[in-house]
Amino acid sequence: MAETRLGRWFDRKGWAGLVIGAPYLWLLVLFLVPFLIVVAMSVATKTSTAPPISWGGEYPVLSWESYTRVLSDGLYLRAFLTSLVNAGLAMVLCLLIGYPMALGLCRVAPAWRSILLMLVILPFWTSFLLRVYAWMGLMGRNSWFNGLLTDAWNLLVPMDWAVKSIPMMNTNFAVVLVMVYTYLPFMILPLYASLERLDPTLDEAALDLGSRPHQVFLDVTLPQSIPGIIAGGMLVFIPAAGELVIPTLVGDAASPMIGRVISDEFASARDWPMASAVAVMLLLLMVVPTMVYSHFQARAEGSK
Amino acid sequence: MSEPAPDPFLRIEGVSKLFGSFQAVRDVSLTVSKGEVFALLGGSGCGKTTLLRMLAGFEEPSAGRIFLDGRDMAGVPPWSRPVHMMFQSYALFPHMTVAKNIAYGLKHESIGKDERAARVREMLDLVQLAPFADRKPHQISGGQRQRVALARALARQPKLLLLDEPLAALDKKLREHTQFELMSIQARTGVTFIVVTHDQEEAMTLADRIAVMDKGQVRQIGSPTEIYEFPNSRFVAGFIGSITAFEARATGRDGGNLLLDVPALGGRVAARDVPAVIEGQPLTLALRPEKLRISKDRPAGANAFEGLVKDLAYFGKDSLYRIVLPSGVLVAAHAVNARRGDEGARVADWDDRVWLSFDPAAAIVLAE
Repeated sequence: MAETRLGRWFDRKGWAGLVIGAPYLWLLVLFLVPFLIVVAMSVATKTSTAPPISWGGEYPVLSWESYTRVLSDGLYLRAFLTSLVNAGLAMVLCLLIGYPMALGLCRVAPAWRSILLMLVILPFWTSFLLRVYAWMGLMGRNSWFNGLLTDAWNLLVPMDWAVKSIPMMNTNFAVVLVMVYTYLPFMILPLYASLERLDPTLDEAALDLGSRPHQVFLDVTLPQSIPGIIAGGMLVFIPAAGELVIPTLVGDAASPMIGRVISDEFASARDWPMASAVAVMLLLLMVVPTMVYSHFQARAEGSK
Repeated sequence: MSEPAPDPFLRIEGVSKLFGSFQAVRDVSLTVSKGEVFALLGGSGCGKTTLLRMLAGFEEPSAGRIFLDGRDMAGVPPWSRPVHMMFQSYALFPHMTVAKNIAYGLKHESIGKDERAARVREMLDLVQLAPFADRKPHQISGGQRQRVALARALARQPKLLLLDEPLAALDKKLREHTQFELMSIQARTGVTFIVVTHDQEEAMTLADRIAVMDKGQVRQIGSPTEIYEFPNSRFVAGFIGSITAFEARATGRDGGNLLLDVPALGGRVAARDVPAVIEGQPLTLALRPEKLRISKDRPAGANAFEGLVKDLAYFGKDSLYRIVLPSGVLVAAHAVNARRGDEGARVADWDDRVWLSFDPAAAIVLAE
């Protein structure tokens, strides 16, 4: 191979180009091209044959109808809002639960640390669907878990507030609960990575300069872990906002999340342009803030 | 050296520290007076850093007590102690500017905004970093970071400043310059300094008094001169500077001198008398390389021994000779290269026969 001209060219720069180019090629073929197809569909008109555009087929009429409907129909806007609120709640709760856990992981003895980290990742070893079904079982009206919570509730509130069981299934509460459970590791791991890097002598320096432990946390630990908070927040918020399975299984059908809307438009309504338009808008909603953030992040890095 | 005042500023009384079964500090007692620069000197693991951390409040003594300015420090948390520390790694807050780092401790003081700003400015001027006030720690050099750490620790006007290996992270040239700067800042502020170091030169140049530590214990406390010229043990003599040590036995006295029988030197040695020594007692004779004279001809007087130059290292300002005696013992001796010239200008060369001699007062006699 090295004897041919092509071989020599490869030896000179080809391999480096190949290694660098492969991920780009991957993204081009498996992300950008499909995405452009989705964009193209979103500006097509609805046809009776399911895909509004096809290779070599009749070119459809360019139309903004799908977008105007998304922006004017309250159903879609409510679905967007439900998604953002649920995902936001899940993100905040994951942060509140995950931060102390990540901090604890950094502070325990190294021998314990690897065991506890394993426990954080352990749920991934069982099927995601199985875990959601387990929650459905727990939240159901006749489960021991629901019974326990119901008894506790009845014990604590006045008689006339007593209930037979707590309605948990098919509510937004259930969606947020299961999303927090599912996405918690995605919050803990980046937080742990950023907290673990912090120099413990900085804490001692702050103590030495007169700060009590809680002030040390606010002044030294928290500001330095902001990159971890943002990374964890995005890893939770972005998939949670587009979540389909959890709201379908445990959510309230009357107030669907946006993933459910996209799925229904494709499968039931067979309105591919509409589904594509909603998908593109969801993507923009996720990508634009991320790009703004990384732009400012790059500026901050550049000033270092 | 003036003796510490009767009621010293800092009094450490029989302090010990155990980590599990490991005794990091054992029964250390010492006093430091106000405005003094005191060095804790020792190798790694000698307990000096643990002692410093007990002064800062990061560790509680397992036994013993620490009094600062008359107040028992037991149970006082680090944030309430009038003691600040300059960390070896400087431990500057990376997300704060130089000015914010220096101001950090001041936010706990009930002073106005203007006064706080004035204090920060004063500190910036003290360490000559005013132009760098708005930089982040990673945007300044190592020497500047060291000065920020110093200014931050001094900003709250501590009663006691602890410096953990203050110069270790600096390169040699910068270290010399910084040494003098530290001393001048100490003189201007009058704050009592406790310096932890493993570097004997750093301890000697910075400190008024030094405590030499080994295996958690204080082996000797004294001024740099006392420690160097009058070490109380073979450990201290060997740790500060270098020595050649010989087994010796006291045989008698002659005038102001103690007469020793030193088999390795092949005979009698006269050394300055140590009153406590009794005749026949086994002793150690320690000789420092720079106290030995090398000559081609036999010098007059006692304490002259013939040997052969085995090794010779030229350092520029001086040379180190290793001279083998008839008994086979190697003795290290320094010779100052006072004359300028080629190799012929040296006192002696490889394989030359030379005479070693020393003044009775220069010999260190140790009773161990």
